[in-house]
Amino acid sequence: MSKKGFSIASLSHKYIMAAAGAFLMLFLVMHLATNLLLLAGDGGGTFAESVDFLLTSRLIKIMEYVLFGAFILHILLGVVIEIHNRRSRPVGYHVKPKSGTSAFSKFMFHSGIIIFIFLLLHLYHFFLVKLGFFPVYGDATEVHDFFPMVVYVFQSPWMVAIYIVSFIVLGFHLKHAFQSAFQSFGLNHDKYMPAIKTVGTIYAIAITIGFSVIPLYFYFIY
Amino acid sequence: MIKLESKIPQGPLADKWNNYKSHLSLVSPANKKKLDIIVVGTGLSGASSASALGELGYNVKVFCFQDSSRRAHSVAAQGGINAAKNYKNDGDSVYRLFYDMIKGGDFRAREANVYRAAEVSNLVIDHFSAMGVPFARDYGGGLDTRSFGGVQVSRTFYAKGQTGQQCLLGTYSSLNRQIAKGNVTLYTRRDMLDLVMVDGKARGIITRNLLTGELERHSAHAVVLATGGYGTVFYLSTLALGSNSSAAWAAHKKGALFANPSFIQIHPTSIPVLNDYQSKLTLMSESLRNDGRVWVPKEKDEKRKPNDIPEEDRDYYLERRYPAFGNLVPRDVASRAAKERCDAGYGVGDTGLSVYLDFKDAINKQGEKVIADKYGNLFEMYEKITGINPYREPMRIYPAGHYTMGGLWVDYNLMTTIPGLYSVGESNFSDHGANRLGASSLMQCSGDGYFILPYTIGDYLSDEIRTPRFSTDTPEFEEAEKEVKERIARVMAVNGTQTVTSFHRRLGKILWDSCGMVRSKEGLEKGIEMLDQLEEEFWKEVKVPGTADEYNQELEKALRVADFFEVGRLMCQDALDRDESCGAHFREEFQSPQGEAQRNDAEFAHVSAYEYAGNKQKPVLHKEPLVFENVELKERSYK
Amino acid sequence: MNFKLKIWRQKNAATKGKFEDYTLNDVSPEMSFLQMLDYFNDKLITEGGQPVHFEHDCREGICGSCGLYINGRPHGPLRNTTTCELHMREFEDGSTIVIEPWRSRAFPIIKDLVVDRSSFEEVMLAGGFVNINTGGALDANTTPINKKISDRAFDAAVCIGCGACVAACKNSSAALFVSAKVSQFAMLPQGKTEAAERVEKMVAKMDDMGFGFCSNTYACEFDCPKGISVEFIAQMNREFFSAKVCSHKK
Repeated sequence: MSKKGFSIASLSHKYIMAAAGAFLMLFLVMHLATNLLLLAGDGGGTFAESVDFLLTSRLIKIMEYVLFGAFILHILLGVVIEIHNRRSRPVGYHVKPKSGTSAFSKFMFHSGIIIFIFLLLHLYHFFLVKLGFFPVYGDATEVHDFFPMVVYVFQSPWMVAIYIVSFIVLGFHLKHAFQSAFQSFGLNHDKYMPAIKTVGTIYAIAITIGFSVIPLYFYFIY
Repeated sequence: MIKLESKIPQGPLADKWNNYKSHLSLVSPANKKKLDIIVVGTGLSGASSASALGELGYNVKVFCFQDSSRRAHSVAAQGGINAAKNYKNDGDSVYRLFYDMIKGGDFRAREANVYRAAEVSNLVIDHFSAMGVPFARDYGGGLDTRSFGGVQVSRTFYAKGQTGQQCLLGTYSSLNRQIAKGNVTLYTRRDMLDLVMVDGKARGIITRNLLTGELERHSAHAVVLATGGYGTVFYLSTLALGSNSSAAWAAHKKGALFANPSFIQIHPTSIPVLNDYQSKLTLMSESLRNDGRVWVPKEKDEKRKPNDIPEEDRDYYLERRYPAFGNLVPRDVASRAAKERCDAGYGVGDTGLSVYLDFKDAINKQGEKVIADKYGNLFEMYEKITGINPYREPMRIYPAGHYTMGGLWVDYNLMTTIPGLYSVGESNFSDHGANRLGASSLMQCSGDGYFILPYTIGDYLSDEIRTPRFSTDTPEFEEAEKEVKERIARVMAVNGTQTVTSFHRRLGKILWDSCGMVRSKEGLEKGIEMLDQLEEEFWKEVKVPGTADEYNQELEKALRVADFFEVGRLMCQDALDRDESCGAHFREEFQSPQGEAQRNDAEFAHVSAYEYAGNKQKPVLHKEPLVFENVELKERSYK
Repeated sequence: MNFKLKIWRQKNAATKGKFEDYTLNDVSPEMSFLQMLDYFNDKLITEGGQPVHFEHDCREGICGSCGLYINGRPHGPLRNTTTCELHMREFEDGSTIVIEPWRSRAFPIIKDLVVDRSSFEEVMLAGGFVNINTGGALDANTTPINKKISDRAFDAAVCIGCGACVAACKNSSAALFVSAKVSQFAMLPQGKTEAAERVEKMVAKMDDMGFGFCSNTYACEFDCPKGISVEFIAQMNREFFSAKVCSHKK
């Protein structure tokens, strides 16, 4: 009997995981760029315009489905892989393994779960707007204006803390994810890998700081 | 009465093999499928034999005692593999390789066999290369070579200090290919405990499944032993701990003659003994002597650290005694020279049983990087074991038991005196005379397996095509299995107080002292006596815990050690019978005033092949005269 | 030196195992780890106990037989070192040493510290070779190979098949082992011809044998006694991807 239990190769899991992850990493850059407009100091006007532009664009509409797909694939595969890997060592070691690996890589599943829970919370906030819990701002006619929601949510110090902790965990996840995606597609080369790792670290820090600035701004300054 | 027929073909030396193999009988492809061959051992010679025979279409069963065929001790050969390619344009040729081997072996090997080994060496390199063995290359993309002891050309192909590993893994891959194709069946974790004879021919073996203890019968039309040497008889040696002589000894008891058992190579550069529980001696490749210089202090009781001893107070004794070859004299010469210095009181280290191997000059001249490229892994290995960094401080080395030139007697076809029983690689005696030159072991093993046995075994099997595949439910198999069972029961029943290892250690010490680097009539006689006593004690006092029908590593060891007593006795007997010094066999009584070995060609230019006459019975000596038509017998001088 | 030993004891595959505690005195710092176990076993046997079974052969770090999980790391605390090359001077006098077998679904325990690594063999049988027959090979120098490439192939080929990569990996993935062989042959002209088929077959067999999936944590590289690089895993990923994308149906 085959012990495999999956019909696609282990490496194919890796490619899909990495491809979906890479797409999500690109999305994060877009997402951050848009969100930073919240800090424009015009009460969310520029932000609302860009959100409006994004949400009415046909291309972005399609990309939205792709994004959902990527999320679901990445999460589902992550769970499938984790289950398979745990089954691969039915009896663990008595002494906690001391093999040298970075904590970033060891706890990808754990950080992934935290990010997933955060994502649910985030989506909940998102849907509050969709369901019309917050007033439409300015001249916008569609219910795409998240600015009041942001202001409202970040009045709570708990929410600020939860968001910031989640961003730090996200940074942890990304620190490994960035170079890992390259490795999974076989792009590990003694010449370029050091640069890829550096860029990955900068990326992870930038995402964490970039997103964290927003709740801090609204809590302390706005 | 056994008659030794070497079956050396007629004709000029250079044409013998070509002519001979063109006239050997063949087996048709359809018939090959009906013929079974057993190969015991998956080292370089066993795996190459099995894969080459499988490729030809025979139905092959191959056995090893390890968990995988990749672990056989060929894997540990470090320095390289010789071939007469002459890629360096330094005047090498098949003849020169042949001559170096004959001379290196101190004129105690068969000309025709050695010439053939040299001849197929080039095919071996081509084949390994084609299988993807990553030999060292130079910047033009061609294969690189280096020089080795006992020769003045550069003909040794290498893969850093792991040539054996790379050659074995290459062979392992070719074996795997045949297993995957279904031509070869691999049985791992099996010890061959007896040979089964039917009507005077080798027809099968009895194995013990090491995991379950079950005895198994396997039948075949021919049996090939590729079981390596018996160097672990010394307990401390450079061999793997599992290496053993039991399969070859079982064959010997069934009638296969054992040739030149006293020809055991003591390798000059091994890491010395560091503690009482030492279980093995780690080899430092001979290639190190390319760049390392061997020395001892000029003063006895030198207390200074090696780096503090100035040049003028050092005795580079190999360069002093052998200016022509210097540090690259053959292994036997280098070993004895080290022992001579240590016995005279110039040895270094706590025990006084080691000499320095110094890389200072080489590092100064070539730079640390070049030396690291050549020997990096060996230096690391040395540092791991001793805790000393050889880039900064000279290595300490001492000779250790390494390779057995002696082994089962075989004819030109590699067949033993038992029809249908073949022996290849180190387990036979054929190509190295009284001393083996470095890097010619990998060469011989793969040559035997890939390019010689597949031809010669066909000649025998062509007469067997009418013998149908036979059952193992015969009285012969019954009898052999019963004997094995009794032997196991006997060793289990002793239930004494001492461990197998403690006996093995004492056995090794007796043999090292009496039949090691230097032998004497008196010492050998005493050695035999002590072996007799120790064997008696073994059968009264040994303790084997557990049972015979389970995985029992102590039982495996006990069965092997039980055979070693007999092997040791035969070694001593042969050393006693050979009243001369030649190669690795050095009898105190027979040396020149300068302390060099003195051969006696008039009386001892022969192979001594022993016939088993029962335990503790004096074996019957048969002599195969060695005829030298192409080289002139002369004193082996490296001065 | 004196030590407390905590060793996994298991009579056979069918019985349940457990840890046993022992003390061992008068150990020399010059002893190798396996010599220490020999010494310990000698004591056990003379005291009427059952010796601890462990696998070993060459005792010079090249055969790949030995492999013990010592204090939380395969082959113990030193890098680039096999169990047999490890010496007792690396341990603190009086400390406790915990010795466990490799743990992986693909490496079932046979007895005490001995595991069954035949899953590695199966992977090799699936394609770890070049399909070349004996005889008829061209002169070795007719195929020049760039020195750097040949050296890299050697770096991959030094794998001793001990299984430390699987033991170290939190997922017990065999990616490093498989990739070393895949890469060695894929780099050399001799093996390139069938590189695509080889990687597909070997990866499929690896998956079949019950190893976990590689998640790029690189514990394997850290604990490989031969220092094999995870760059070869990347190479395998690359080879497999291009094989899947580019290969023909028939």
